[in-house]
Amino acid sequence: MLEKQTITCVACPKGCEVTVEHDGDEIIEIMGNACPQGADYAKEEIVAPTRILPTTVRVKNGALPLVPVKTTKQIPLEIIHAAMEIIGEKEVKAPVELGQVIVENILDTGADVVATRDLPKKIHV
Amino acid sequence: MIKLEKDVVVIGGGPAGLAAAAKVYDNGVEDVMILERDFELGGILPQCIHNGFGLHHFGEELTGPEYSQRFEKDVEERDIEVKLNTMVLDVSPDKKVFAMNKDDGAVEIQAKAVILAMGCRERTAGAIGIPGTRPAGVLTAGTAQRFTNIEGYVPGESVVILGSGDIGLIMARRMKLEGADVKAVCEILPYTGGLTRNVVQCLEDYDIPLKLNHTVTKIIGNDRLEAVEITEVDENMKPIPETSEIVEADTLLLSVGLIPENELSKKAEVVLDDRTGGPIVNEGRETNIDGIFACGNVLHVHDLVDWVTEESQIAGDWAAKYIKGDYKRAEKIEVKAGENVAYVIPQSIELEAEDRKRIPLYMRVSTPLTAVDIELYADGEKLYSFTEPFAKPGEMISVPLAQKTLDDLDEVSEIRVDIIEKEGE
Amino acid sequence: MSKDKYDVIIIGAGISGCAVAWKLARYNLNILLLEKAPDVATGTTKANTAIIHAGYNADPEKQKGRLNNKGNVQIKEIVKDLNVPFEEIGSLVVGMEDDDLSVLDELLEKGKKNGVKGLEIVGKEWLQKEEPNLSDKAVRALWAPTAGIITPWEFALAMAENAVANGVEVMLETEVEDVYTEAGKVTGVKTNQGDFGADYVINAAGLYADDVARMVGIEKIDIHPRKGEYYIYDHAKDFEINHVLFPIPTKISKGIVCTKTVEDNLLIGPTSDFVDSKEDLATTREGLDHVYRGATKMFPDLTLKDTIRVFAGLRAADTTEDFVIEAAEDVHGFVNVAGIQSPGLSSSPAVADLAVEILRDEGLTLEEKKDVIETREEPARFYELSNEERAEYAEKDKDYGQIICRCETVSLKEIKDAINGPIPARTVNAVKRRTRAGAGRCQGGFCGPRVTQIIADELGIDPTEVRLEKNNSKIVEHKIKGLLGSQGDAE
Repeated sequence: MLEKQTITCVACPKGCEVTVEHDGDEIIEIMGNACPQGADYAKEEIVAPTRILPTTVRVKNGALPLVPVKTTKQIPLEIIHAAMEIIGEKEVKAPVELGQVIVENILDTGADVVATRDLPKKIHV
Repeated sequence: MIKLEKDVVVIGGGPAGLAAAAKVYDNGVEDVMILERDFELGGILPQCIHNGFGLHHFGEELTGPEYSQRFEKDVEERDIEVKLNTMVLDVSPDKKVFAMNKDDGAVEIQAKAVILAMGCRERTAGAIGIPGTRPAGVLTAGTAQRFTNIEGYVPGESVVILGSGDIGLIMARRMKLEGADVKAVCEILPYTGGLTRNVVQCLEDYDIPLKLNHTVTKIIGNDRLEAVEITEVDENMKPIPETSEIVEADTLLLSVGLIPENELSKKAEVVLDDRTGGPIVNEGRETNIDGIFACGNVLHVHDLVDWVTEESQIAGDWAAKYIKGDYKRAEKIEVKAGENVAYVIPQSIELEAEDRKRIPLYMRVSTPLTAVDIELYADGEKLYSFTEPFAKPGEMISVPLAQKTLDDLDEVSEIRVDIIEKEGE
Repeated sequence: MSKDKYDVIIIGAGISGCAVAWKLARYNLNILLLEKAPDVATGTTKANTAIIHAGYNADPEKQKGRLNNKGNVQIKEIVKDLNVPFEEIGSLVVGMEDDDLSVLDELLEKGKKNGVKGLEIVGKEWLQKEEPNLSDKAVRALWAPTAGIITPWEFALAMAENAVANGVEVMLETEVEDVYTEAGKVTGVKTNQGDFGADYVINAAGLYADDVARMVGIEKIDIHPRKGEYYIYDHAKDFEINHVLFPIPTKISKGIVCTKTVEDNLLIGPTSDFVDSKEDLATTREGLDHVYRGATKMFPDLTLKDTIRVFAGLRAADTTEDFVIEAAEDVHGFVNVAGIQSPGLSSSPAVADLAVEILRDEGLTLEEKKDVIETREEPARFYELSNEERAEYAEKDKDYGQIICRCETVSLKEIKDAINGPIPARTVNAVKRRTRAGAGRCQGGFCGPRVTQIIADELGIDPTEVRLEKNNSKIVEHKIKGLLGSQGDAE
């Protein structure tokens, strides 16, 4: 079944409106992109959009109750909420280091969830 | 009262203050101190846990905390003195800075130069006079971000957001990811103020409706928010009463503008520009008061922290030059915001410098335009122009003035920038 | 710990209830002041124009007229004893070119009848000098030098705190559900916190005074709330207004007032519209527009640029449009202090005097205490202090060194003191009223999360339990991750 989908490419600030014609399995034609990255982005967006997931993880005994984290690469948009649930259950002990792996290979995506800052232990006065 | 003397005092330890302080130091002026009101450095960046920082400055895409940590490390490595949990209460025109904290009590610092880097505050529901009640659950998006990402609390579970600037869009996604039901983002203008990428990745990804030409016309609920009234507006931004609908929500987030925080600047008798809300500065980011500089959001609201860093490094360079006596004020060239230009920073060019390579002019278009020519004029004569596919108010434009251009500008008294939409495109 | 039996129970800790408590505290009596909200002065007392009226406007044939000036005079002394922010800046009723200027002369006469001192009619030149921003259409005004501005919630709080210092008990979050009588006499009250006995009850329940009166079968009091809407501006230094300015009044309202406040904000309002519900505290588009239009008649250059908040208050207006301060006819010991609308704030000490006299007539023995504490120590107000003074405070206590509210310069110590004070601040708004934290231009954007945490720490509760004001007004509803699927708040 022939389908046409138009998305706004965000690979660069131009924001080209790229139209992808496909029949569910096969990409027939891509139009509207000003560069090849636009075609790649559009293809991926239609077939299987992925995103970097930035969120936080609870910290035990840290200077702050949370440490910000992100996935080391883009993961499928459709499993983002499942990823949030898994990350929501985690609690990491302070101190935390920038780049420290909090969840390895989350949901088998090949992406780790890593801390995006150092977080020392709580200072007890 | 502790009394100190410092060469340079930097007020604010966010990205602006951090970059400025490190630059001052690297220019050989090591007697520099940062005063920061929060418990850690970084300003607003530690709570901006999302991506999008550093593409220009580092050529990498970083989250806010990652970007911040690089500059915090710079300051740490240079052993620059930092006072945290320290609130500056007063700055005098003769550069006396009065601050307080728990450990020292009151501190009065006589500075030779002051760099204002206090950032900005958020416009509130009260300030835009949204009719209705004043319940819990109405807060600005940045404060909600602080609660969510630093303090560890989700303000509520069913959310309406007013304002489609990046903060509003980012918080729409953030609240949704943490399990809240985000019902809509309302935007009074016919276009969004945020990046297209954020509209896609914060709203479209999560099926959160973006209601352009809509505003919140009533806040409902006496103790805790219960609902908001959302109404469509006409081309003059006036609500069209028949279009009102009541949306149940326990949280209303406001992303309706940032205001440079210049109360201290006013105390120092720094003159402000009505259009930016921040000080009027020359290319060294120096205000009307000799030796008082300003950079970052306190000077004008930035959309990319990379420009904050560049601007603050300029301020740091010139503050150091000021201390070393390495600069001179010369004939002033006024920099004017011409057609379709909301403002240009700096508002003047007047410093003599031997090793300067270029002066970036930062500006914003006053209304969204496509296929534009950005034209520079010196005393009415065109210097040069270049083309851009579009210009948006939400995205600052940086136009460099090359040193050669400036060297050729003897006796020029005014530079003007126009942004003209090309005909028939 | 509360007893079972008191001499007098006062229902309602607004300005009237607090004033009565303060007066009665001077006698050897067991007094209980009950307030259904978590703080005193959360009703009309915190949402008005904050003026101590000179007294020329109130009808001399009514209680309002008789008590305004008396109250005004007493207040000048009380604010000194109790260290309440007050400034005698004087008020003007301004006549514009097209107005009926004879009204000014009528007010002058009424004022004299009410005993008001110093009234005079002033002309254009005087006005231009004293109020440079005033419209040049303003030609004549009634000048009342004895009018002033005050912090109304602090006034109520100060009187309540002084009452406590003199032995009065205060119970917050205590709502009266019924009044007990036996053989035509008051015997006590039923509340959500238990029953308390008393021979005398003062009904100072503001908007709900008619409901309370009905508890003893009194039907004649009928409160019809009348809403007033306001804009409040950031600190006044950018637009000069030096006095309290009224337009020529109409039959139902004094008109849109423009004034500076004691805390140095600008305040414009109120409207005057009857509403159906006693809970309708919403500002409206029409109301706010009306306020702004009225203000720009007097001050054409005033914009809305520096407004920081809009709010509304409800006047507890009785159908008689007068105070109803009297003993109940058929119930001995029940005294109404109801229908207190403007000039209720200005009249409050005189209202209290009258209430005490009525109690005496009802048979209450009033034996003066020997060692009455007349004064209240001034709380530290960092926003008013010089830098040298602030430094001295910080040397005494380190918590003065930590500034929590940037906009209003409020220290941690002031906030802690408010939470631990004689009438403790348990909510964010209670802290705001006592310290000004959150009352500034960012409206708690910066200090809000900090104040919430400080309240939680001092009260030993979870931050998700901290409230803004009343009932279920929680600041933050959930802990992070608490809304995600299986991960509940269960820890």
